[in-house]
Amino acid sequence: MREVAIIGVGQTKFGELWDQNLRDIFAEAALKAMEDAKIDKIDSIYVGAMSGGLYNHQEHLASLMADYIGQSGAAGARVEAACSSGGQAARIGYMEVASGLSDFVLVGGVEKMWDTDDSTFVLATAADQEYEAYNGVTFPGLYAMMAQVYMQRYGLTREELAAVPIKNHKHGKNNPYAQYPFEIDLKAVLNSAPVADPLRLLDCSPITDGAAAIILAPLEIARKFTDKPVKIRGIGAATGPIALHDHKDLAKIDSVRISAEKAYKFANVSPSDIDFAEVHDCFSIAEIIVAEELGFFDYGTAGKAIAEGQATYGGKLVINPSGGLKSKGHPVGATGVAQLIEATLQLQGRAGKRQIENARLGLTQNMGGSGGSSVVHILEAI
Amino acid sequence: MANSQRYTREIPHRFRFEGQKFRDGYVTLANRYISPESGSKEFESINISKKGKILSYTIIRTPANDYKLLSPYAVAIIETSDGARLTAMVTDSKFEDIKIGADVELVFRKIKEEGHSGIINYGYKAVIIL
Repeated sequence: MREVAIIGVGQTKFGELWDQNLRDIFAEAALKAMEDAKIDKIDSIYVGAMSGGLYNHQEHLASLMADYIGQSGAAGARVEAACSSGGQAARIGYMEVASGLSDFVLVGGVEKMWDTDDSTFVLATAADQEYEAYNGVTFPGLYAMMAQVYMQRYGLTREELAAVPIKNHKHGKNNPYAQYPFEIDLKAVLNSAPVADPLRLLDCSPITDGAAAIILAPLEIARKFTDKPVKIRGIGAATGPIALHDHKDLAKIDSVRISAEKAYKFANVSPSDIDFAEVHDCFSIAEIIVAEELGFFDYGTAGKAIAEGQATYGGKLVINPSGGLKSKGHPVGATGVAQLIEATLQLQGRAGKRQIENARLGLTQNMGGSGGSSVVHILEAI
Repeated sequence: MANSQRYTREIPHRFRFEGQKFRDGYVTLANRYISPESGSKEFESINISKKGKILSYTIIRTPANDYKLLSPYAVAIIETSDGARLTAMVTDSKFEDIKIGADVELVFRKIKEEGHSGIINYGYKAVIIL
């Protein structure tokens, strides 16, 4: 297998993009990434998107997007694994370059969620339609049920849970692409609208339009295109039960642990080697459980550790320097790619006010559903 | 609106709790071909117990459009006395009586209507046993 590098990145502003359609935002991100990589031709394109069909009544996204970025003729397909679609698309792109089948692969992610009025329904299609969503459970509802078990078992308080979105907004205020680049305080979280007890609106990642794209190439030629290629040192992916009720332990997410174990083994590193991580904080409780499954904190301790400042600048490691899904926004299919972009910018020293000093090794973790899929990438500055 | 076959084919599970018990002891309400526990493909058809306990719950206050008129409503993850796991709304009960570990009984209830001319969907909900 060949080693693979990220040689270019591009993304749109995340938010409510009323004046741009689905292809506009994808093309903006993809063309920026190609410009950043200084290439004008790609061999292949993978589009991570959860539900162009339900959000925009548009499928066949690889054809549409290749056409509108002037790359008709390139191979391509859409990759779907709910909220982890973007990260999974990157894994497919990695394999294609590593195998030698292609030299230049564009991995993009896109979702235009504001084109529908029932996003709660669309997101719930990532759950078991016949046995979960049919009985009225929503996505926030699933994570709320994880939170109930976690909080009761480990004694995590409602105030400590709020520390996750407060931290991520503190990071996101320095991200020019973030949907909500401002700080929030404890009072704002505790007084925000109740969504699914104990979760409130400010525990939840928002509805977002946005696109993100990266260019993958063999590491051996990467320096022709950038002074600072970022190597994909390891990848791990795993599935888990689609229904939360089939998780043996409702306060754990096995797919995250398994995907992380595979990625650490692949990269030959351990959790303590990681300088920063972009993780899937779709809900406040998710970041806490994920941080434990990734091995950064022991079970039952991540919530309190985050509340004590262990996951921000000056702590054990920085989690979600971009602002995470909460502050940066969560255009579902684009999220996994946007995480890889933040990791790339950090490792290249291009993260501006968010820059983590001496960042050498970064991890991204992108999750689908209530843990039905998870994909982890470990990136290294070269 | 779904074709009504999509609804009627689930009736044995939703109305009559027809499930499976695999040789390794794994019990499931949804049809499976293979046990996720041991890989066993040997099972007997059983009727799942309607008695169970709440493993977790939440009060949904921002539902999908189909369930808007029910809001706020409670949803719980339940383990039946024979070990099947399922998700159900909690009905005919006070919110303050819904707790992790609470005993429930599954009952037959209307779930939703598929629009003005669509079929009415039925299924199971849980009632707290005090």
